[in-house]
Amino acid sequence: MTRYDLTRLPLVEPLLRNRWPQFVTTSIALGGFVFAIIAGMVGTPVGSRNFGIVSVWIGWWALLMLIAVPFFGRGWCSICPLPAPGEWLQRGAVLGPSTGTGRRPGLGLRWPNRLRNIWLQNGAFAVIALLSVVVLTTPSVTAVVLAALLVLAVVMSLIFERRAFCRYLCPVGGFIGLYSQLAPIELRVKDPAVCACHTQKTCYTGNADGYGCPWQVFPGGLVKNTFCGLCVECLRTCPHDNIAINLRDFGADLSNPAGRRLDEAFKAFIMLGSAMAYSAVMLGPWGALKSAAYTVGSAAWVIYAAAFLVFIFVVLPGLFFTAVVVGRRLSQNLAENSTTKTRRPEGKRQAFIALSYALVPLGLAAWIAFSLSFVFANLSYLSAALSDPMGWGWNLFGTARVNWTPYLTQFVPILQTIVLVGGLIWAGATAQRIAEETSKMRSLPVIVFCLIVTLVLLGLLVG
Amino acid sequence: MTAKGAERAARLTAIVLALGLPVAALIARWAGWGAGRDSVIEIHGALAEAGGWAPADLTATVGEPLRLRLTSDDVMHGFAVGQSDWPAVDVAPGEVTETTITFNRPGKYVFYCTRWCGVNHWRMRGTIEVAGPTTSPAIESPPLYVTLGLDLDAPHPADVIPERRPSADRGAEPGATIPVEFSTGEYFRAHSPAEVWRALRASPASRELADAEVWDVVAFVWRSNSTPESLVEGKRIYAANCAACHGETGAGNGVMAASLASQLTAEFGHGATKPADFTDPAKMLGASPALLQGKIIRGGMGTGMPYWGPILTESQTWAVLSYLWTFVMD
Repeated sequence: MTRYDLTRLPLVEPLLRNRWPQFVTTSIALGGFVFAIIAGMVGTPVGSRNFGIVSVWIGWWALLMLIAVPFFGRGWCSICPLPAPGEWLQRGAVLGPSTGTGRRPGLGLRWPNRLRNIWLQNGAFAVIALLSVVVLTTPSVTAVVLAALLVLAVVMSLIFERRAFCRYLCPVGGFIGLYSQLAPIELRVKDPAVCACHTQKTCYTGNADGYGCPWQVFPGGLVKNTFCGLCVECLRTCPHDNIAINLRDFGADLSNPAGRRLDEAFKAFIMLGSAMAYSAVMLGPWGALKSAAYTVGSAAWVIYAAAFLVFIFVVLPGLFFTAVVVGRRLSQNLAENSTTKTRRPEGKRQAFIALSYALVPLGLAAWIAFSLSFVFANLSYLSAALSDPMGWGWNLFGTARVNWTPYLTQFVPILQTIVLVGGLIWAGATAQRIAEETSKMRSLPVIVFCLIVTLVLLGLLVG
Repeated sequence: MTAKGAERAARLTAIVLALGLPVAALIARWAGWGAGRDSVIEIHGALAEAGGWAPADLTATVGEPLRLRLTSDDVMHGFAVGQSDWPAVDVAPGEVTETTITFNRPGKYVFYCTRWCGVNHWRMRGTIEVAGPTTSPAIESPPLYVTLGLDLDAPHPADVIPERRPSADRGAEPGATIPVEFSTGEYFRAHSPAEVWRALRASPASRELADAEVWDVVAFVWRSNSTPESLVEGKRIYAANCAACHGETGAGNGVMAASLASQLTAEFGHGATKPADFTDPAKMLGASPALLQGKIIRGGMGTGMPYWGPILTESQTWAVLSYLWTFVMD
């Protein structure tokens, strides 16, 4: 596995050390975020003409799922506007590090140990997913959700230390973290021995050059991207210049057995299941399903919500668990009939958790394929919404009357197929690699599971 | 720059970047740039069940332009003012359409949606109260059905119907002289085709004609009371306003018919009333033009048939009527 440290490039390190570029980018994003909230509240209720809906669910989503997450992992988190106001209040400075000694408003409590996992993020995502058809199409609801997330992030920053919201609650951060393991970029220490000898651990505690890791991560112990927000504070605070931003192979984290957890495993199921459910609800031909998902609070919606939750939390993991058990039995049978020694298989739970990481590339592929289906079809709304963001009859850039034009309609199904098949191959290879840790044979049913999921997605998305 | 200076600059930058755009947009709105000018009324259209037009009650003054900015909050709507010549405009979702109307006589006008936006499309109506000097009070004669004392809700089946579809072309050369009174507008409007057929059948002038040929004469009488232009106009109005429920072919099976039935059941508690079938000879040949005109003007009263009196002009109503007969007579 080859790695190239980008900080070796002449301009990269100074650019990252300087607080201004990141600060300005975040502030611009915050401006767009606040504007999206305002547009959702006072602009036209027509989603396709409202900046709030179009910028967030078409523009930002396209940027996130098609570029940011696959190529930059948590790159978005480094400039995300959501935690910015809370973090500024918490720090008592917007640029920082704070030079003053005045009281800061936050309580700075530690996040409870029992909640140091992503189950809350899983729940938060599931809740939003249940309401998503309304959220994605109704500007006022989008505005309320965005505003609620902003307020929540501020409140969390004032109660808890560092970025507790991002780490433990943000519904978006959860899946970005999961899929950031696939990204060809990572922040790691150059020499762990240097960190071991550095007693101050300024990367975690902070110093005059920067803050202690907002994500509560000790860079010296980083083995995967999941919880590194790429804020590069550690690059600023490390006195030994021991932080590297590496270019690496795609999916490098998946080969590392360290840090595999059940909450993350379930995140993989939630994301894969949601992509399948969304494809059926939003792109499928079933009007009754669409209506049920839209009429939040109705009996039909309750049934839809129950079915959705059962699917992502029970059916999909249940089927996968069955595949894992079958694979385990297969490998045991083979081992009994073989003269060569194989390693002792891990327990079912461990096998389930480990192999579920094979779903990470498939899940990202599913989300990319799903996003492709509506992003290019609806991208033309962006030019109209930029010109008349509120639907008030403005024409700032002369594009307010641009008619809806779907782009790349002929190529999207081809791209989706390539992405999904690529995701399947990647998932299969990952499953094999994980299985090799004990016995290669046990990956077979998991690969069959991935194949079935891929075929279902191809049917839903490509037809 | 010192650390404190940088922090101050950053705070200013944050405020400008984070709040500048939203605040600028709100100020622009408040200042009336693009919208909200005093002399312009912004009207939002929405499905009737979501509120219809807002505002729905406008005021204007004779001779003074009424400037409107129209936008739809959900689906495509259309905007037109009844009993006027102002062309209808489309009101697209999230887009703004501007139109200006000037009234030349006072009164209460009805504006309405011209696009089949939903099952309650016909309920998307509003009023414009136009004030101004009244030069001479307009004397409005009551509709013909009132003058004739017709009961619009009474069944009116034809007691006789033709064996073949009547044809005005065949009736144009009947081989007999038709008494002129049967062709006059007054007579035509007050009698149903079946009544005219019976009168003609009893007339010595048509003694030599077969029953079917008499029906052809009736068709000719009906055509004589319309013009090619009125038929074209009637077809246009029918397609725009009636076909949603009554169907393109007049069979009462328009795209809204099914949902209208469930709507009526939910709203009035009674069983669904099917939109009138204009291809049914028993119904059409038993109704006089005056009766049908009354139904169009007054509406169906609980049947889901809207009242078109404030919207269609008298000539438009007669044009639609002329077209309706073409569903049963050539």
